[in-house]
Amino acid sequence: MKIGVLALQGAFIEHIKILENLNICAIEIRQKKDFTKELSGLIIPGGESTVIGKLLVELDLMDDIRTEISNGLPVLGTCAGMILLAKDIENDTKSHIGTMDISVIRNAFGRQYDSFNATADFNGTPIEMPFIRAPYVKSIGKNVDVLSVISNKIVAVKENNQLATAFHPELTDDNTVHKYFINMISN
Amino acid sequence: MENKQYILNRQLAQMLKGGVIMDVMTPDQAVIAEKAGACAVMALERIPADIRAAGGVSRMSDPKMIKEIQKAVSIPVMAKCRIGHFVEAQILEAIKIDYIDESEVLTPADDTYHIDKRKFKVPFVCGAKDLGEALRRINEGATMIRTKGEPGTGDVVQAVTHMRMMQQEMKRLMSMSEDELYNAAKELQVPYDLVMYVHENGKLPVVNFAAGGVATPADAALMMQLGAEGVFVGSGIFKSGDPAKRAAAIVKAVTNYQDSNILAEVSEDLGEAMVGINADEIALLMSERGK
Repeated sequence: MKIGVLALQGAFIEHIKILENLNICAIEIRQKKDFTKELSGLIIPGGESTVIGKLLVELDLMDDIRTEISNGLPVLGTCAGMILLAKDIENDTKSHIGTMDISVIRNAFGRQYDSFNATADFNGTPIEMPFIRAPYVKSIGKNVDVLSVISNKIVAVKENNQLATAFHPELTDDNTVHKYFINMISN
Repeated sequence: MENKQYILNRQLAQMLKGGVIMDVMTPDQAVIAEKAGACAVMALERIPADIRAAGGVSRMSDPKMIKEIQKAVSIPVMAKCRIGHFVEAQILEAIKIDYIDESEVLTPADDTYHIDKRKFKVPFVCGAKDLGEALRRINEGATMIRTKGEPGTGDVVQAVTHMRMMQQEMKRLMSMSEDELYNAAKELQVPYDLVMYVHENGKLPVVNFAAGGVATPADAALMMQLGAEGVFVGSGIFKSGDPAKRAAAIVKAVTNYQDSNILAEVSEDLGEAMVGINADEIALLMSERGK
């Protein structure tokens, strides 16, 4: 199994390390030619969604990625990755990849001063969740499952082949979310 | 709790990796930078080239100006305080700045002590020109390091020297046997556990960016190939002919820093680069401030 990790900007190395610990081959996607058909899944990491979104367009990757996700390519987006997948961004004028039927709010918990760490259930398993200038999900479409909620705010969701978290599982030693994603690919 | 905040602050820097942090002086420039793909902006009243030209004492920027920039963009906003000036840092924390740069670009307020950065909830980035400086700043609580370079010159030579120096010293620590590390800690004037971390991991325990004198996409890619995890561009953008285009080109160069075809493409037709001053022809070496 080969999983592509979008490596345009942000914390992509952290995802690659987790995949390697799980004995999965990780491929850095830095430009169009890296995004090949042989990938079984794609991870969109944390970083700045404005930067990654812009580079996706400029490097001519946006349409390819959108098409593949629509065709069923399993995808995991964390933090900025969730924002990039969202169909609607409440405090922004445009969306990016826009394949996931959710509406998110960027920097929803505030500035870095308000960043925090929490422990909460992900699909029933308690895990550590670092929230860094994080978004949360304001509303969901009818095919979206909610996997995590903290303080009445939705922070992890799944819609068919798409998985997204507002927090950063890649910054902890716990690989529950990545294992869940790999299971999604295997099934 | 304090420890957790330290980790979160280190983690924010991880999110900035592979990105470009740009100096901006107005909300309009901040918007240009954000649209060009900056992963954060550094709000300051005068960019280093102007500070150098103006002379005199250079201080923290007006909080009102910083707040206007915070309102104008959605990406993290950083601001500079003087070395050792913990009250300027307290003020920046009060306006919830995302990162404080305790910077040698401003006139130092204390010629011995740096700020005790562990006392703050907001994160700090500090400049360093060798491994000892970097680890001393980290020990004081910095959660991100950048090379000092020679700001405001458009001359990348100092940033290259500092980055190479840090990489060489880290390789030296890695090759030492464990009983030699005690003496290395003494020489570097840093705690043993930080020396041990570098020995085991071959990198700093926090993110390490390049800064000072970066003016072209090629400069930015050079720093990345030398081991930087991202780049600060100060005067290089808004002192050039076409800031928006140059900024976007530098962003692309940092993402694909190993692909010379992309580098060639983005280096085309950028208009005039900042004029620049030769770093060895200047009287004031900012990088010598704060060791």
